[in-house]
Amino acid sequence: MSIELKNVTKKFGEVTAVNDVSFSVNEGELMALLGPSGGGKTTVLRMIAGLEMPTTGDVFIRGQRVNDLSVQERNIGFVFQNYALFKNMNAFKNIAFGLKIKKWKRPDVEARVMELLKLFDLEGLEKRYPHQLSGGQRQRVAIARALAPKPGVLLLDEPFGAVDAKIRQELREWLVTLHHELNVTTIFVTHDQEEAMEVSNRTVIFSRGNLEQIGTPREVYEQPANEFVARFIGVMIVLELHVSKGVARLNELEFPSHGLPDGERLRIGFRPYSVQISSDVKAYRYRAILRHTYFLGVMLRVELELPSGLLIRARMTKEEYAFQGLADGKDVSFQIRQYRVLAREGEKLAPEVAVTHDVPLTLGEGI
Amino acid sequence: MGGAPSTDTAIIRRRVSRSQSQRGTEEPPLIKWTLIAIALAFSLVFLLLPLVNVFAQAFAKGWQAYWNSLTEPDSWAAIRLTLIVAAIAVPLNVMFGVAAAWAIAKFEFRWKSLLTTLIDLPFSVSPVVAGLMFVLMFGLQGYFGKWLEAHEIKIIFAVPGIVLATVFVTFPFVARELIPVMQAAGSEQEQAALTLGASGWRTFWHVTLPSVKWGLIYGIILCNARAMGEFGAVSVVSGHIIRQTETMPLRVQALYEGGSAVSGAAAFAVASLLALLALITLAIKTFLEWKQARDYARAQQLAMPTPESDSDTAFLARQNLR
Repeated sequence: MSIELKNVTKKFGEVTAVNDVSFSVNEGELMALLGPSGGGKTTVLRMIAGLEMPTTGDVFIRGQRVNDLSVQERNIGFVFQNYALFKNMNAFKNIAFGLKIKKWKRPDVEARVMELLKLFDLEGLEKRYPHQLSGGQRQRVAIARALAPKPGVLLLDEPFGAVDAKIRQELREWLVTLHHELNVTTIFVTHDQEEAMEVSNRTVIFSRGNLEQIGTPREVYEQPANEFVARFIGVMIVLELHVSKGVARLNELEFPSHGLPDGERLRIGFRPYSVQISSDVKAYRYRAILRHTYFLGVMLRVELELPSGLLIRARMTKEEYAFQGLADGKDVSFQIRQYRVLAREGEKLAPEVAVTHDVPLTLGEGI
Repeated sequence: MGGAPSTDTAIIRRRVSRSQSQRGTEEPPLIKWTLIAIALAFSLVFLLLPLVNVFAQAFAKGWQAYWNSLTEPDSWAAIRLTLIVAAIAVPLNVMFGVAAAWAIAKFEFRWKSLLTTLIDLPFSVSPVVAGLMFVLMFGLQGYFGKWLEAHEIKIIFAVPGIVLATVFVTFPFVARELIPVMQAAGSEQEQAALTLGASGWRTFWHVTLPSVKWGLIYGIILCNARAMGEFGAVSVVSGHIIRQTETMPLRVQALYEGGSAVSGAAAFAVASLLALLALITLAIKTFLEWKQARDYARAQQLAMPTPESDSDTAFLARQNLR
């Protein structure tokens, strides 16, 4: 276990930035801290680094409790969002800074810096000052500087936040490759769920200071722990149903009540591509009119209007759309293949409920 | 969406420019040139002419007389004292200023706005009042007067009093210059140094100080110019003892009030040194402002997401080939 947080809370005055968070990061793992801005993820990263002290709770690095260790003693590499390069030093001196602090011998410093310059494809740029480097080059100098003293952990705050959208994608792939080569435990903060999904081994999802879920990209996508995660990771359509006569309903739509008594409310969610659409009006259970089709690239978004006026925004591939012979204004039938029951905030679902459910073909009594 | 109104204004502007051959936002040429003429005439009569006159008067009796009036023992003592006072007051205020600016720019604390206001106090207090404050504190009739007399420490009508008054009057310069520069620099570079294992002291010398160095130099030269030129506060605490507590500005006044043609020329000779100091200060200030503007532009550039250069794309292409 490389890093562990136990019941960590951080308050800034009256504001609780991080609320009772516990999780651990394995040796060599590439971990994402994901959440909307103000979610507390950067504060968590800074507490691991020692740039912030937890109000309560403990931080461990390699089994050692580091609460009382200063930033300098924690042996971490930190890459700031805007890189925070020393603007009065050239690239070489920036990278060598940490080594000189650690009193490396001059030839060793030179060898290490040269090795990193080569690894990061910065050869020939060592005499340049930060303002003479491109955005990507600055970022590489910042990562090289953080890695130079061979830290036990590499921490990156929004590593691709300040990079042009065009090359962000490629930089993600590069970070994964770099992590493979160096195999240093890496934690990075991001607000971009796609980035977290693509780059990380596991993702910790924060919202308003709370840890909402921790898991592999697949786990958090397919088994979101609650409504926040479900909505934050990918798109999820959320419906609130009323239970009556043992069936949960919203207008025409009917779902099993999952044991809830009449008069209760049930929240369910489903992914937009869980909606199956057919131009044959008898093929599926519900009728609707295809109101509008939006082009999203690989996928299309189609807006279905039910007779009651309820709108469902589904997604499907272009091929499926063409195969079904769909068009705006057409009468269609549809069904929802799979859905999840969503927990309210602070509520815990029974294990048999907290899974993805297939919609039964018939809704009899007592389901 | 945003393009439409601007196109309209562009059209209107073009129409106006055709009919009146000027932009809508500009005043008629007559007003423009009148204003420029007034401003130029004013600075010529009230700023440039007196300055030139100082040098003209100083050299009126020739180089030799100029040199003699500077090296004459009383004036020479005044020049030396001024240099000594500045040499003590400026470094003290650099230390105070850096500490105060550091505290204000990098930390949040309760009495921050009070401290910021206090730093400006010497700017708002008349220098004569500042001098009197020290007389009331350390003078014979002052709070510490008896105690100081008993221990044979002389502050008022002695060099320490002059230094104290000068320190007080020049206190805001360094801090005032540094606070905005330090705030703009932020604390990320320092934090980066800490994560790399640097001590606070080392971070200060290698990261903080270089990043504010131009602002600091700017503050120091302004502080120095005022320290050497201060008259009011120093006049109150000095006692005007020739060769002992007379600084250059006091000497200029004494010589000028001497009344004779010789002492008048000597007054202008000493004054020309102060004027020269002012000119040098202005020149350095202009240079530093230009340099700061350039650094600021660069810092802005650093903070912004940059359009990726070809080298980044090339780098990624090479990475993919590996």
